This record gives sequence, structure tokens and C-alpha cells, in this order.
Amino acid sequence: MKARALLSRVGSPETLRGILIQLIAILMAFAVGAVVLLVTGYNPIDAYAAMLRGAFGDVFRVGQTLTQATPIIFTALAFLFSFKSGLFNIGAEGQFLAGAFASALVGISFQNLPAPLHVLLALVAGAVAGGLWGLIPAVLKTRFGAHEVITTMMLSYVALYLTSYMVNYPFKAPGWVSQTVMIAESARLPRLLQGAQLSASIFIALALVALTRFILNRTILGYEIRATGLNPSAAENAGIDVKRGMILALVVSGAIAGLGGSGEIMGVHRRFIDGFSPGYGWDGLAVALVGGLSPVGALLAAILFGALRSGGMIMTRATGVPLDIVFLLQALVILFVAAPALIRAILKKGGLRW
Amino acid sequence: MVGLVDVISLGLFAAALRMATPIVYAALGGIFSERVGIINIGLEGTMLTSAFAGVTASYYTGNPWLGVVVAVLVGGLIGLLHAVLTVKFVGNQIVSGTGINIFAMGFTAYMSQIIWGSRGASEGVRGLGTWTLPVIADLPVVGPIIGSHSPLVYLMLVVTVLSYVVLFRTPLGLRIRAVGEHPTAAETAGIDVLRVKYLCVILSGMLAGLGGAFLSLGHLNLFTRGMTGGRGFISMAAMIFGKWMPFGAFGASLLFGLADALQMRLQSLGLLPPQIILTIPYLLTVAVLAGVVGKARPPSDYKPYKRE
Amino acid sequence: MAPAVEMRGITKTFPGVTANDDIDFTVEKGEIHGLLGENGAGKTVLMSVLYGLYRPDAGETYIDGERAEIESPAAAMSLGIGMVHQHFMLVPSLTVAENVVLGREPAKNGLIDEGEMLERVRASCTKYRLDVDVEAPIHTLSVGVQQKVEILKALHRGADILILDEPTAVLTPQEAEDLFRAVRSLRDQGKTVIFISHKLREVLSICDRITVLKRGKVVGTVAASETDMGELAEMMVGRRVVYSFEKAEVAPGEAVLSVEGLEALDDRGVPTLRGVDLEVRGSEILGLAGVEGNGQTELVEALMGLREAKAGRVSLCSTDITRASSYERIRAGVSHIPEDRHKRGFIPDFTVTENLILGSHREARFTRRGFVIDYEAAASHSQALVEDYSIATPGVGTHAGNLSGGNQQKVIVAREFDRDPRLVIAAQPTRGLDVGATEYVRKKLLEMRDGGSAVLLVSADLDEIWALSDRIAVIYEGRIVAVREPAETDETELGLLMTGGRRG
Repeated sequence: MKARALLSRVGSPETLRGILIQLIAILMAFAVGAVVLLVTGYNPIDAYAAMLRGAFGDVFRVGQTLTQATPIIFTALAFLFSFKSGLFNIGAEGQFLAGAFASALVGISFQNLPAPLHVLLALVAGAVAGGLWGLIPAVLKTRFGAHEVITTMMLSYVALYLTSYMVNYPFKAPGWVSQTVMIAESARLPRLLQGAQLSASIFIALALVALTRFILNRTILGYEIRATGLNPSAAENAGIDVKRGMILALVVSGAIAGLGGSGEIMGVHRRFIDGFSPGYGWDGLAVALVGGLSPVGALLAAILFGALRSGGMIMTRATGVPLDIVFLLQALVILFVAAPALIRAILKKGGLRW
Repeated sequence: MVGLVDVISLGLFAAALRMATPIVYAALGGIFSERVGIINIGLEGTMLTSAFAGVTASYYTGNPWLGVVVAVLVGGLIGLLHAVLTVKFVGNQIVSGTGINIFAMGFTAYMSQIIWGSRGASEGVRGLGTWTLPVIADLPVVGPIIGSHSPLVYLMLVVTVLSYVVLFRTPLGLRIRAVGEHPTAAETAGIDVLRVKYLCVILSGMLAGLGGAFLSLGHLNLFTRGMTGGRGFISMAAMIFGKWMPFGAFGASLLFGLADALQMRLQSLGLLPPQIILTIPYLLTVAVLAGVVGKARPPSDYKPYKRE
Repeated sequence: MAPAVEMRGITKTFPGVTANDDIDFTVEKGEIHGLLGENGAGKTVLMSVLYGLYRPDAGETYIDGERAEIESPAAAMSLGIGMVHQHFMLVPSLTVAENVVLGREPAKNGLIDEGEMLERVRASCTKYRLDVDVEAPIHTLSVGVQQKVEILKALHRGADILILDEPTAVLTPQEAEDLFRAVRSLRDQGKTVIFISHKLREVLSICDRITVLKRGKVVGTVAASETDMGELAEMMVGRRVVYSFEKAEVAPGEAVLSVEGLEALDDRGVPTLRGVDLEVRGSEILGLAGVEGNGQTELVEALMGLREAKAGRVSLCSTDITRASSYERIRAGVSHIPEDRHKRGFIPDFTVTENLILGSHREARFTRRGFVIDYEAAASHSQALVEDYSIATPGVGTHAGNLSGGNQQKVIVAREFDRDPRLVIAAQPTRGLDVGATEYVRKKLLEMRDGGSAVLLVSADLDEIWALSDRIAVIYEGRIVAVREPAETDETELGLLMTGGRRG
């Protein structure tokens, strides 16, 4: 009874049921992953144990987990924000790269700025670049009806190749590697742990989680964006400018993703390296979904995915399991989360009712 | 500028046809799926997994044709997965497709490490080789363009025509179109809507599987990590550009194939940085979507269909 | 002779509703049998069971005396049962012939045998005296012709028992007459027809026997020749229907809405409003009568700022609002009850509170510091509205989608009327509601009128227009063809005006 009272403070029965389904989806993904490991000749218990140690074993490992989680908190919030307006921004990758490159550019362009100003400038540049990269598909959608799923995706590739061009030609640092020179000291975000890459970018991410939650659930803008996403015709009838809402949502979405890119450049890599993102944009979509499309859920899911990554590396080192099992696990989580009805059906088969 | 003139050769068009082949297969797959109201964004991952499966089968059996069969079956299996998630359990189509894409990335890389000990590429395997058409290959103009290709290029031409015939000349095609456009009407006419949907989404996966088999067995004779390189996504654009019609998608794919081939030629001449040229197909796709989609009506509203 | 259809003890429940409750229903061969009941009485569900779209929870069906398990429409068809649905089951891009043969296409060598297909469908046209162009794509045909195609489709598939679900809802009176002739001719050819309707007069004029349903139960079956409207009405609703409201005499005020020469395009870009002139005054209900599809939807959208005006002028209390946005119009005092409440009226996944402030959500009373919504204020406001309008809901935090249709409509009405509008645009405000909710909404509309608002009532239900309107305007092909006082016109004249049979 006490537990139930406590639970009811967390959320409505629907919300709780939703959370439970997400958790079961995660567990089932790990179960299927265990089968894959077994079939391919590895001991899943050893592998998962090594993964867990690698993710949370000590402060340093936790730091690594959070480092891995940071960029995907941004991209998850980005996906979520546009999703609430009814748009599937699956091009966070491109906006992320645009933001990253813009910040790098600001970072290498000024040498004598006071640190806070330089950092702020670089962050703003990242947000603006990401926002602009989100504005293009938004305009194409609202003016020409071009489906944002395809355009955001295509523009991701454009961003990928354009930034690659930039660091291979005009802004290439001397040497073999396709990268820019290091950004100025004054444009760097401070690192938080000795020897680890965890940077102040995580604080920006956490602030954005709170801000996104506030905007969506409390403000007029959030109300209008949610109304637009849930029923655009009714929103329009209520005097809400649906197109404006969609454009705004995609621009904000792009800006959030762009800030994520800034954080990686200014906090972790300190320069723009060709191909430095292993697909944070796609991860964002997955993380947002696993997190039940709520900002706090996205934060938790991002930490889960971050733990998979940082733990995965240790697991690979300790047990020889290929690191790609991590992506397999992520995909399985997504596939299970894709159809909540599937989970319910499986539970029903198992004799569980609710 | 002599270089530019050299680029425009018959060989370029032959290359365009080759580059278009996987896009055509996947685009036809997309058409079958969308014609019954299911968006298949997982074409990319399906192609990748099939490309891997084809190479693996050829690697173990030494028979590339068996590889093609396995690739098609695996593609069909992934189609079935997509159908189960989106048709039976009415899951979100984009999410399911994305899951398939990420799964393909992780699964193929994981397995190629298990099998070949390398994340990057498989060992070389026996491919399908090329067929040279008698008589046609000796014709002027036509010969250099279509005379000598992988058998899967010729199969692609056949499959394009077949897709048209099936969709627009057979009872099944009539039912497919009815199911996508007005599922309730189809149901009341005694058509098993869910079955038709399953069939088409599985077929969609099988066609994408052929595209994957072409990439790994008809083109490179090995599997490399992420070797589809976004072709699954481009094929969706080709499908839309072609207004969900087989010949339309074929034409659009040829156009994208030409851009791809042109890009490789220009790149080898060093006229433009490769990265800039590589953006062309994507920019073209965006331009096409912005210009055409407003007028092109999708064949379905993609809403999930549920009896009772 | 065994009856054509005999259903015994049919029960069908949906979550929260018993749509059919132990229903016995018998139809004799070669009769036109009316199935009468209000919206939601269970007529369509019962027929969907007969047609294999729903499986009943209990009960048995006999066709021609034989026990039948009808598991799918295909099974129903093979038993000779055909159904013409209220929403046509025709694929718009396919031709008439393709639609007719869909599912049982004549084929040769695996391909559709085009010639055979056309020949067979044409033969059916001749046989059943239904004259349609079999090669025309469905989307090019009028509603009346599409209905003929539906009937043709059913008969072509060998239907001996034809179910017509509210067939006249979308027809003009003249088209309806046409339909009746066709139905009688089918009966004379030995077909059995089940005619679903909630219109008393229609059922009386065409049916041989009538079964009345109420709240999922059979009230009784009567011969049409032995009953009358009064008795049927009483069976249907359980009490005498109030056909006319007590309307207070109120003198109309100044013009609130003036529309001059308004032109607009429909979604396909076809000119649909072709110069609408209209005036609605304060304390007046102007009923807009017309067959659906003559520009009503476009007119309402243009008035709400949801559709661009290509020409003409719209003014509200002498202020030009032709170019005003929806937001500005709402602020200027325009309220709107949309014809499709699921599409435009409310947001199912929003709470009742969130729905009740929709459109007013920027007002100072619901906001703080100009950008934050004061959900506490909104909740107490909606609590008050829930009580005032007796909206049945577990709480204001419940998702509006969980409410019944009538209560969803009350949410919309409460929200729109609470704004103290100068103009109310009510489009099909009682469509799909039960008697109680219908009466409630109509009373509220009259209250708004008595309180000084101008009301534009757009309704496909002529009875509703009669009962409420102070003046009646008729729209036909995008123009207002006549404006009448209810006292100086009758149904025949309106019917002719609505169908272009007479110019105002």
C-alpha cells in the first residue's frame, strides 16, 4: 500500500505502465543479446558483468559513462523537442555536426578573447548553426510539403560531407589527420575529472533537460507545440500558428543538437576531427524513445546508452567480445520499444495480466 | 576542360546503370511497402544485412548464387520483422525502420568480426561476375552501355517490368493498391488486408535484399562496414520522385546513379573535392523532394489498420 | 418459407458499451425491412455482425434457415449478403469496374482480363437497371452515382440480401427518390433489402416492415402499413420527441457577421465558394441549409480564417476581418463548433483542462508573466465549466479522448460559449450525439441567441434547421441561393433550392 502511494506520486497509472514497458523492453533486449553472445561463443554473464564494472566500477568509469552520455542527451532532447510538434527530426546528426563545426571555427578564430566571452560566443555559434540546419527542412516542410524524415536525413549527409570538406581543405591542420587546429584555451569547456574527458558540457545538458521540461510542460510555447503535434487541425482552429510552431520546434531542436556538437568540440576533442561522431544523431532518436519521450526519461536513457558504450569498451578489453554488440543491444532496445503492444502481448502469453 | 568532355562517355552511362541498380531494387521494395501503407525506412539496414548475408553464404559455400538466395531470404526475414512490428503490433513505422538500420549496423559489424576478425571488411569472396550479352554487346552505343554487366543488373531490369505488371495488370496488384488506399474497402470486398500487407512488406525486404546482394556480390565481391552508404535512403527519394511507380522510380534511380557515376569520374580527375561532389545526390534528393512532393500524392495515408 | 435472415440472441459489447444486447431480428424474403433507431442504438453494429465485420459475443445467425458462422465479409458475400456502408467502401483511384470486381477479378494467364471485366460489369448494370459509366474512376463521380456503384458492387457479387446503411444521409431529396425507386425495383426482382435509417418518414415510405432498436435492444417489429410516425418515434426514443423548441421572441439586433462576394478554393484548388453573400444579426440564428459538399465546409473555414479568401469581404461588427488570422478572429469574439470534432474540435491526448483552454490559452487569466501557463487557474476554471455544463468526466485531468462523444462535444461547447462570443459558428453541432446531448446543445445555441449572440448554424439535418432557425439561408454550389423565414417556406421548396431545382 505504501509503495503504491509512493508510486502514485511519481505519475499516473498510464505513466507508470509506460515506464514498466520501457524497462521490460530493455531487459528483453539484454536477454536477446545474451543469446547472441552465447551462440557466438561468449559467456554473457561475464560480458555483462565486465560491462557493468566498466560503466560504474569507480568514479573514473562513471565519468566515462557520463562523457559518453553527454552528446546523446543533447541529440535525444533535440529529437524529442521536434517530435512534440509532430515532426520526426531524424537529422540531429547533421545539426550536431553543424554546431560542432561552427564552435570549432569560433574556437580557432579568436585568440585574445576573455574566456567566458569566448566560450559563450562559441556556444552561441553552435546553437545558431544547428538551428539553421534545422531551419532548412522546416521551411521545406511548411512551404513545399517535403517530408522532414527524408530531408533531415539527407541534410545530415550533406553536413557530414561539407564539414569533412572543411577539415580536409580550407581549415585543415598541418599533418596527416583531417582535423582543425586546436581551439584556443579561452574557448574550452573545463574538464571535471582528472584524466577523464568529462567536461562542463554535461551541465549544459542537464540545464537543457530542465529547460526542455519547463518549456514543454509549463509555457504557452510548449502548450502550442504539443497541441500542434497531437492535432494540428485542432491547433490551427484554436488560432495557433501551426507552421510557425513547427518551424520553431525544428529550429530549437537543431539548436539543441548543435549545442551538443559544441560541447563535444569545446569539452572533449578541443578540435574538429573528421568523422568524430559515431552517429550521435541516430542515438538521440533511440534514447528519446527509450526514455518514453520525456526529458527526464531521455536523460536516464542516455546514461544507459553511455554506460553501454563505456562499459562496452572495458568488456571488449576484458572478454574479447566485439564492441559492436553494444549497437546490437541498442537496436534491440529500439525494436522492442517500437511496438509496446508487442511487449504487452508477450507478457500476456507469459500469463501476466495488468 | 578536356577532362570534362572525357567524362561524358558511354562508359559513364554504363556506370550510371550499375550505380542505379541497388537503388532501383530498394526503391521497388519501397514502392511495394508504401503501396500498402507501410513506410519502410529500414531499406538501408535491410540492404546492409543482405549484403553481409550474401557474402557470408558465398564465403562458406563458394557459390555466389546461393549467396543471392540467402540475401533475398534474409531481406524477406527483415521485412517480416518490420511487418510484425508495424502491422501486427501497430508500432511506429519510422521507429521500427530506424531500429532495423541500427541493428544492421551493429549485427553486420559484430558478425564480420566473429567470422573474419575484422570490423572493416570481409575477405574477398566469389562474386557473380559479369555477363556479356551476345549480339547486343557488339551494337554501337547500346552495346557499351548495356552489353556487359553483372547478372543482377539484368535481373533488375526484369524485376522493374515485373513490378509494373504485378502492380497494374494483375488481380494481386489491384488488391495491393486497394489495401493501401482504402483498407476498409478492401476488407469489405473480401480481401485479407493484413495478409496483403505482410506479403508486400516481406517482398519489400526481399527486393532490398537483392539490392544488397548486388552491392556485395555483383559489385565488390566482399562486404565492407556500412557499405550501403545511404543508398537505402536515396532509394526512398527515388521512389517518391518516381511517384511510387516502378518505371518512375527506375528513371529517378538512373538519374541518381548518373550523379553518382559522374561524381566518381569528376573525383578521379580532381576537378572538385570529393566531399563536395558526394553531397550532390543528397542535395538533389532534397531539391527533388521540395519540388515534387507537393504534387505527388502518396498512395496511402500510412495509418495503421486494425480489424474491429 | 424460411426467413432470409434470422438472428437470435445477438450480443456484442465494446469496452464500456453494450452495443447489441440479446437481439432477435428476422427479415423475410423479398421484403424491404427497415432497421430504425437513433444514432448509437446499435443498428450498424448489428448489421456489421451480419456482414462478418464483427464477431458477436453471443447469439446465432441463420440465413435461409441454415445456421451460418459469418467470420468475414467474404463469408457473408458467399452467403449472398451484401452491404452498402454509410462511408462508401470504394477505392477512389480505381475505376467503377475495378471496384466492382475487386477481390474476385476475372483473370487470364495471371493478368486481369480487362475485356471480360468490363463486359461482366456492364451486364450487371443492365440487369439491375443501374446506369453508370463503368470505366470512370470513382473520384470523378458524384456521391449519388458512387452509391449506385456500391449497390452494383453488392449485387454483382451475388447479393440476395442487401444491407443499406443510412443510404440517404448524403443524398439530395431528388437523389433519394431515385434510390427508393431502385430499391423497390430490386425487391420486385426478389431481392431482400435491409434499410438502416434514423429518419422516420423515409422508413415509413419505403419499408414493408420496420424493426426499432433502442440502446442496443429490440423495441419491436411493426408493419409499415399499421403504424405511423408518432408510434415509431415513441418506440425509438421512448417518449414523444420535441419537434420544435419553445423559442423566445427576440428582436434581431445589428448585423454581426457580413459576408460579401466571398470566394475560396477547396483543397484540390477548385473554386468552391463562388460569391457568398450572407448576413447574420445579433440575437438571431441563421440556419444554413444545403446538401453536403456545396461549400459549407469551405465557408466555415474561410470565416474562421482557416482558408484563404480569394475575393470578397468578411466583416465582424463592421470591422473588416477578411485578412485576419484565426487567432485575431477568436480574440474578436468568434466561436466555432467544428463539424468534425475529432479533426478540429479537440485534442484527445490533452486533458479536459488543456482542452477547455484551447484557443483561450494566451488570455491573461490563464497565464503568468506572459509566457507561462497558469495550470492551477486553468484547472479551477475547467472545474467550474465541467459543473456548469454537466460534463461527465472522472476529473479535469482525464484525457479528453476517454470521454463519450456527447461529453466531448460538451467540452467544445463549454469552451466556445464561455468566451462570450459575438458570433457563434456551429457546424453540424449535434451530429452523432444521442438525444439527450442533442437537446442540450440545441438549448445552449438558443441561449446564446437569446443572450444577443449571432449564430450561424450549418446543418445537414433539415429538422434541426427548422427547429432552431430564425431565418434559413440555402447554399447551392458555393452561392447563397435564397434566404427565407421558416414560416414562408416548406420542405419541398427548400429541397428544390438545395438541389438547384429552383433559383431563389
